[in-house]
Amino acid sequence: MNAFTAIVHRDLLLVMRRKSEVLTALFFFVIVTSLFPLGIGADTALLRKIAPGVIWVAALLSTLLGLQRMFAADYADGTLEQLVLSPNSFTVLVFGKIVAHWLVCGLPLVLLAPVIGIQFDLDVQSLKALMAALLLGTPVLSLLGSVGAALTLGVRGGSVLMSLLILPLYIPVLIFGAGAVYASNVGLDITGHFSLLGALLILALAFVPWVSASAVKIAIE
Amino acid sequence: MWNSSAEFFAMGGYALYVWCSFGACAVVFLLEPLTVRVRHQAIIRRLQREVLAEQFDQQGGK
Amino acid sequence: MSNVNNLSSSHVMSWFKFSSPSAFYPLAGKMIPWFWALTIIFGAAGLWVSFFVAPVDAVQGQGYRIIFVHVPVSWMSMFIYVVMATWAGLGLILNTRLSAMMAQALAPIGAWMAFLSLWTGAFWGKPMWGAWWVWDARLTSELILLFLYLGFIALQASIDNVRRADKAGAILALVGVVNVPIIYFSVKWWNTLHQGASVSLTKAPAMAQTMLWGMLLMALCLWMYSIAVGLMRVRAIILEREAHTDWVRQLNEVKH
Repeated sequence: MNAFTAIVHRDLLLVMRRKSEVLTALFFFVIVTSLFPLGIGADTALLRKIAPGVIWVAALLSTLLGLQRMFAADYADGTLEQLVLSPNSFTVLVFGKIVAHWLVCGLPLVLLAPVIGIQFDLDVQSLKALMAALLLGTPVLSLLGSVGAALTLGVRGGSVLMSLLILPLYIPVLIFGAGAVYASNVGLDITGHFSLLGALLILALAFVPWVSASAVKIAIE
Repeated sequence: MWNSSAEFFAMGGYALYVWCSFGACAVVFLLEPLTVRVRHQAIIRRLQREVLAEQFDQQGGK
Repeated sequence: MSNVNNLSSSHVMSWFKFSSPSAFYPLAGKMIPWFWALTIIFGAAGLWVSFFVAPVDAVQGQGYRIIFVHVPVSWMSMFIYVVMATWAGLGLILNTRLSAMMAQALAPIGAWMAFLSLWTGAFWGKPMWGAWWVWDARLTSELILLFLYLGFIALQASIDNVRRADKAGAILALVGVVNVPIIYFSVKWWNTLHQGASVSLTKAPAMAQTMLWGMLLMALCLWMYSIAVGLMRVRAIILEREAHTDWVRQLNEVKH
């Protein structure tokens, strides 16, 4: 078992022992999306219009909730320091943590989204577009989120600060992701949005793990 | 260009918008350097006190 | 031959010595009045052109004169962010404290520029297009830039260890500077997709020569201002951070 798989396996195991943390983030996603119809009214045409934005914003916020866990626990008990010092490439280890985070926080959102989409009266084409967009977008959210989590490690009020730092960076993903669903809704071409989402994902995959690894090392030294 | 100073201040009816814009800029560009000066003077005063305290200590607290 | 080498290397060395806070502090002190003088000169010239030379606009009347502050502060807010990120990046790569202090000194100036851009944009939009705020690409990107500035300032303020704050801020600033074009592009995309804002503050009045001169002079004025205030603030930061060094204790203003 190489280092990458070992880290993913370990993080998943730790999460399974504290399932409640993960389930609360997902529950948050469901509740927040339900608040909007309650606040705005049940007019289906209006709901269909706001659905892409609402679902995506809820996805952003619930990803933020799960990000606290990425480094904080390991930082507190000294494991993170050991990982930095280990002979394995720290960038690979950080990437493993990001993958584990996405499996636990991002992938369930992709699977839950169609259910929420039905509540907002989205048609089947739009539901498919929603799932695909979230599938491409949530990894970027986990990747960019790791930078914020690393920068605010051990800082007082770190979780709120982290949200303020990361949310501006999430805006392109939000725009292209929600835009894809909106375009599908209205009958416009969606390939542009997906190519841009894909481009963001590739860019993030190429650079972010290394940036987060550097940020963690700065926090630790 | 302007026939009278009243005309100048009226800005063709846009007085509120033009003067609030230029005014906000003027306020910021006056207050910001002032706050920096206050910060500078505060650190200088703090350092003066510390130097005096050290000198006092060195003289054996006579 | 060897003389030439000595000359060039000593020339380079004399600049590098200013990268130490103790050498930079008095140098900055001497430069500040000059930059204030330039600020006042360019500002007077710019305001003169803005109010007494540039003609009335056919469509927007006298109200268009707001562009003489709105456009310069917008340019400066973006320019300062790049400069700040450059200083922070240099501090990270070369491990120099002074570069990080420069970045820290510039951040509030840039944030105020971004805020004024939004404020003057609102006061320009209200009479022209009937709304205090329009979600056009430029204003929205400016708002996000303000968030990026505030995030940088907040991050540095919340980390106690000064060197860690420097480096963490540098990473944030560099990530931000790479993201600004992406964010701007995505906001423009979003704008055209939703077709909601048919008004756009980017549709400024057709530029007469004098209008362009007015904006350039005001922009130069703000550039000199930013350098002056930046140098003032970095001097305060230097004193705060180097408080326990000998050279600070030996300063004239401290000994008296």
